[in-house]
Amino acid sequence: MATFGTLSDRLTATFSALRTKGKLSPADVDGTVREIRKALLDADVALPVVKDFTAAVRERALGDEVNKALNPAQQVVQIVNDELIGILGGQQRRLQFAKNPPTVIMLAGLQGAGKTTLAGKLAQWLKADGHTPLLVACDLQRPNAVQQLQVVAEQAGVAVFAPEPGNGVGDPVRVAKDAVKHAATALHDVVIVDTAGRLGVDAELMKQAGDIRKAIDPDEVLFVIDAMIGQDAVATAKAFQEGVDFTGVVLSKLDGDARGGAALSVASVTGRPIMFASTGEGLGDFEPFYPDRMASRILDLGDILTLIEQA
Amino acid sequence: MAERGWSLGGALRGLFTSPTIDEGTWDDLETALLGADFGPDLTDELLDELRAKVAQFKTTDPADLKRMLREALEERLAAHDPTLTLSNRPAVVLVVGVNGVGKTTTIGKFAKFLTGYGRTVVVGAADTFRAAAVDQLATWAERAGVQVVRPQHAGQDPASVAYQTVQFAIDNNIDIAIIDTAGRLQTKAGLMDELGKVTRVIEKLAPIAETLLVLDGTTGQNGVAQAEAFFESAGVTGLVVTKLDGSAKGGFVLRVQQQTGIPIKLIGQGEGIGDLTGFTPHVFAASLVP
Ligand SMILES: Nc1nc2c(ncn2[C@@H]2O[C@H](COP(=O)(O)OP(=O)(O)OP(=O)(O)O)[C@@H](O)[C@H]2O)c(=O)[nH]1
Ligand SMILES: Nc1nc2c(ncn2[C@@H]2O[C@H](COP(=O)(O)OP(=O)(O)OP(=O)(O)O)[C@@H](O)[C@H]2O)c(=O)[nH]1
Ligand SMILES: [Mg+2]
Ligand SMILES: [Mg+2]
Repeated sequence: MATFGTLSDRLTATFSALRTKGKLSPADVDGTVREIRKALLDADVALPVVKDFTAAVRERALGDEVNKALNPAQQVVQIVNDELIGILGGQQRRLQFAKNPPTVIMLAGLQGAGKTTLAGKLAQWLKADGHTPLLVACDLQRPNAVQQLQVVAEQAGVAVFAPEPGNGVGDPVRVAKDAVKHAATALHDVVIVDTAGRLGVDAELMKQAGDIRKAIDPDEVLFVIDAMIGQDAVATAKAFQEGVDFTGVVLSKLDGDARGGAALSVASVTGRPIMFASTGEGLGDFEPFYPDRMASRILDLGDILTLIEQA
Repeated sequence: MAERGWSLGGALRGLFTSPTIDEGTWDDLETALLGADFGPDLTDELLDELRAKVAQFKTTDPADLKRMLREALEERLAAHDPTLTLSNRPAVVLVVGVNGVGKTTTIGKFAKFLTGYGRTVVVGAADTFRAAAVDQLATWAERAGVQVVRPQHAGQDPASVAYQTVQFAIDNNIDIAIIDTAGRLQTKAGLMDELGKVTRVIEKLAPIAETLLVLDGTTGQNGVAQAEAFFESAGVTGLVVTKLDGSAKGGFVLRVQQQTGIPIKLIGQGEGIGDLTGFTPHVFAASLVP
């Protein structure tokens, strides 16, 4: 987008002015912080997160923290990068497996976020790792969600537990409970529970998600969120944290060109780690989440380290 | 219309309880607009315009500012004609958009909406790619009480399903043919080209009356890039904004309309078959700023 391509340029310009000076003045820092604020907003980072973030950057940039190896401009970029990666989660977290199988993984999120597709991706990935996953059809709401999961399971070459037809028929809490029992007898070591999409403001459906969680006591609850989401990411993430208390986040549709500011919003507001990135419609399009790549994507800085060298 | 979930009302509440317009008022207004996904550029533009108006009319009353805000939004929303053009017979409607935004659901609702006006409708399942997409559309067709044209075999070329759907409408004297397509991200050149092909193949039989781009109301600034790319590849004539029953405000659609000139034509507010309405700038603006 036109408004974007120029951030690197604008920052570089701001920095070249900074380079010649010895120490950063509040005015220097404010100019840079303003550019960063706009870039974050263009990237859909939620406003409260932008405010906290820019305040932290400003404070550190004006603080005593001195790195002799870097000029002032480089220091600002370094601080921005550190802060971004810090919020996004410095290290990757891996899936938590149960001591006594089956490991139960529940998926939750807004409508159309990519839950059912992710169920297939996780299944295929776990299967390749020697696991015997079972996919569970607990979306009994969306038209033909059960069939969709069945097709996905077939593509992944894994078993599916789908005792109810769906399309409004069947109790998802009961299906989830039965699935875990079934997995124990049928020797599936991982159970992946697909659930219906629901809005943060839908109290009734949010309670249902909470009830599913209570019934199966999952080892992981993954909150799937579309990388294209805007400012609503915060309200939605909070609602899901309250409603089902997820343990990790999956960012989907990262194969597009959305900056994915939601990643920063959700990680910052919920404190939950982003664990995976979904990067396509194919079941193989799935990878661990890399905070450093996401940081430079959000700010559209290409390789942020190059900028540090240029600055 | 009652105050909707996506109303700016909550965000603006503090703003209009203060007795006079001060710097805090402007800060709160900026916060509300940014939080509603208007984006930093449009937010600045709106703030400048409103500051100028407030100065021009020498008002200090927040109630005046609120009215001016509603008018500024309505004026932008009303800059384009939201009327659906469905007078051809058959009127062919092609529905496009990125993954998971609500295309198939919208088609189900729209089919029902049109039969409510006495139109006959056929829907075509040209999403031959996504798992169970054809069955999903067929379920919606059944709920809407309309006919569905399915692919004859798995993975059939979407353009040929679209062609068969339009042919079916012609042969059976059906008023409107609505064609579902697979979700695709606007960055996938091959998939975007495929849409061009679908369009060309349909046009061998009948002109396309409307190409509707479905935008998810929870989307942020990427919505503009989506609209630009789909406009280029598929000649979009109208926007449908879905999922406005949630807490998202959908402010990005103003930018989309402004930047592409494509009018908003339909609004989706739920997963039920009745949850679709036409777009009325006045109602929309009044809902955002009650
Ligand atoms: N490009 C792309 N498409 C994706 C990705 N993940 C899912 N999709 C697509 O997004 C759409 C919605 O995916 P689903 O898996 O059905 O989403 P869901 O969360 O299960 O949706 P509901 O059950 O309706 O709430 C489908 O068209 C998927 O093919 C991704 O990482 N990239
Ligand atoms: N709350 C709410 N959910 C909606 C609305 N419109 C669609 N949905 C839900 O969003 C999800 C995706 O809808 P679909 O109609 O399958 O979307 P699509 O664009 O056809 O998706 P793909 O074909 O996979 O690209 C489903 O769970 C729908 O029930 C709406 O206006 N409000
Ligand atoms: Mg699903
Ligand atoms: Mg669809």
